Amino acid sequence: MSKAIVLYLHVHQPYRIRHYTVFDSGIDHNYFDAAYDSQTSNERILKKVAEKSYLPTNARLLELLRTNPQFKLSLSITGTVIEQLERWAPKALDSFKELCATGRVEIVAETYHHSLAFFYSRAEFEMQVEMHKRKVQAVFGQTPQVFRNTELAYNNDVAHWADKAGYKGVLAEGWDPILNWRSPNYVYRPTYTDNIRLLMKNYKLSDDIAFRFGDQNWSEWPLTADKFSHWLSEDKNATNFNLFMDYETFGEHQWSESGIFDFLSHLPVEWLKTAGNTFMTVSEAIDNFEPVDQVDVPNTITWADTERDLSAWLGNALQASSIQALYDLQADVIKTGDLALIDDWRRLQTSDHFYYMCTKYFNDGDIHAYFSPYDTPYEAYINFMNAYHDLKFRLIEHGVTV
Amino acid sequence: MKVLMLGWELPPYNSGGLGMACYQLCKALSKKDLTIEFVLPYSADHGIDFMDITAAHPQGVASVTRSGIAYDSYKYVLEDGSEEWLDIYDQQELYEHAVARLVETTEFDIVHAHDWLTFRAALRVKEAKHCPIILHVHSVESDRSGSRHGNPLVREIEEMALLAADRVIAVSQHTKNAIMRDYGVPADNIEVVHNSIEPGDITPLDPNNAYHYLETLKSQGWRVVVNIGRLTVQKGLPNFLKAAQMVVAKAPKTMFLIVGSGEQYYELLTMAADLGIAKNVLFTDFQRGKRWRDAYAIGDLFVMPSVSEPFGLTPLEAIGYGTPALITHQSGVSEILQNCLKVDFWDINEMANQISAVVQNDALRDVLHANAFREFQGLSWTDASHKIEKIYNRHLVGAAV
Repeated sequence: MSKAIVLYLHVHQPYRIRHYTVFDSGIDHNYFDAAYDSQTSNERILKKVAEKSYLPTNARLLELLRTNPQFKLSLSITGTVIEQLERWAPKALDSFKELCATGRVEIVAETYHHSLAFFYSRAEFEMQVEMHKRKVQAVFGQTPQVFRNTELAYNNDVAHWADKAGYKGVLAEGWDPILNWRSPNYVYRPTYTDNIRLLMKNYKLSDDIAFRFGDQNWSEWPLTADKFSHWLSEDKNATNFNLFMDYETFGEHQWSESGIFDFLSHLPVEWLKTAGNTFMTVSEAIDNFEPVDQVDVPNTITWADTERDLSAWLGNALQASSIQALYDLQADVIKTGDLALIDDWRRLQTSDHFYYMCTKYFNDGDIHAYFSPYDTPYEAYINFMNAYHDLKFRLIEHGVTV
Repeated sequence: MKVLMLGWELPPYNSGGLGMACYQLCKALSKKDLTIEFVLPYSADHGIDFMDITAAHPQGVASVTRSGIAYDSYKYVLEDGSEEWLDIYDQQELYEHAVARLVETTEFDIVHAHDWLTFRAALRVKEAKHCPIILHVHSVESDRSGSRHGNPLVREIEEMALLAADRVIAVSQHTKNAIMRDYGVPADNIEVVHNSIEPGDITPLDPNNAYHYLETLKSQGWRVVVNIGRLTVQKGLPNFLKAAQMVVAKAPKTMFLIVGSGEQYYELLTMAADLGIAKNVLFTDFQRGKRWRDAYAIGDLFVMPSVSEPFGLTPLEAIGYGTPALITHQSGVSEILQNCLKVDFWDINEMANQISAVVQNDALRDVLHANAFREFQGLSWTDASHKIEKIYNRHLVGAAV
């Protein structure tokens, strides 16, 4: 019986809001184009990530696909990053297309704007999933079969929706309180669904690569492809090892100097040395393995923080009130038919904006700070609210009473 | 007569009311038969020609610069080009020594010092030169700490200096009471000289207000309530936000504009969200110039919710820029301003009640402002300069106090 690594990488960049003050509200409707050398310049950050991560990683992935016929992977790539690649790093976008052209890279469905719309507006959510599908069809020539919600935010409702929408699978965090004694290394079936299957991230193994790889204080450092393959082989009955992580792990979160690229190049070679070991895309894992049990997730789980809930995005009053205020504008914004306004409203839905406002570990200068282009969560909030007020100004110009 | 004026800041390098009060007072005094040498702890060009301004540098220091924020650290550039940052307490001590050196070579008839940061320097001069010292109190430590005890080091300086002063000037009866209560200074050694404002100094507004978004909202029937000041405990902003929540419940089309910075900034942001009024409160950070003036002008009502305000110039400025004011009884300005709304700082219900009344009734707003503006036009620093000149003269001839 075969045993597969299911490698799934998430590619995303938000449109960060520039330093946008109350004096810009009602005057300048440009929220996202900062000066090139500023902390919030999307162009500068995109080019840097393309240089440090997308281009070198894709070069290695393409090489692996060419030399190892069994090597496969899955990608989710948001609409907001595709747009930015088209604009500022077309070569990097071409390299993603080359991967897809091998026929062994599967694109996963999600919201175009990397939003939490599922929890605020089902109509808006479905629109963004549809927009994403069309973008993927146009750019990569394939139609996604498996769905992942933003931040791997998952509950029974998400599964139910994806099932009804015709997806064959959905992705979630393999969080212990959900799985209990069970292992994430199998295919599952969500409760209350008919056909859909659930793949759950093996967060221990995934985080060994995504978070701990370069940590010299980690007892397992340095992590080699040989050692990692050996860990996998110790689970004799597993069918699928779901290694889900941010694509930017390679070259951006883990710098090239850490040896992460060598690890990536060697892992498939090491793994495939043993007969029966293989790689599968998310769809293939679902097609090949029968579900071993059903999984019930009444409360939302995500792949973030030790809480694995939505608190990193919605946990404080600044976050909860600003996202609610944004979705409260939905009907008025859509009614205007003003495409630029609608687009800006959607770009403001990207979950990263709310993540930057997280105050949970503000004092520890932890991972939230690492990913934020703002000095404080409060600064992120002020910029966002000023942009929100400008959206209201534009609604007034359309004759809407606010 | 030669006056050695010891101060901490002057506009445009001021963080708030203290620098402005010193500037206006000296300007009015300079019309008298006296010369003023104003000693500051930092170097800068203020564009002032009615008095001499000296920077009191310690030995070996080429320049001292400061940011616009009160109680921030100071940057010392030493003559060898190296830099050092000092906190306010160290700075205050250095200022004392620098002033002591300065008076070794220069003669003065009288010393007039403004607030605790300069009081030790004044005592030094008195000790060395035996000339009378007038201590001018713009605020005491219990004001600045929101009616709590405050910093004991600062209290010690205030107590020692105020008891040793030849004469104490308080900017209000409110402040005089505080000096008597906190330090036991006898009532008849404290003279109240209210701060004021020069109506002629109000800069004409240009037609395009910097808060274009708020103007647009106003054209849609929204009303704007403004606060300008440091976001610090003394200013009573948490009560203001609680009142704002009640106002929004009654009059949802009300925006609150909060202009300023301070240690409560983040706390207030979070509080607005917790109160469910995040969409109705705009924070702009510290502003100067046009954006500062326009904030006054965009308002339908200016609110000064201070817990303890020795004087409180901002409501007078608001009236000058066209906006009526709501102030607390716990302020010095409430002793001289009649045509305004007044509440106790703790009475959130009443604060909400009065704000709601103004934002829902343009006639009330307009009448309140028209009457306040008449009062405003009668104000000037001339009276204050007369009173202070008299105090100087009394001490110069050695008359009994």
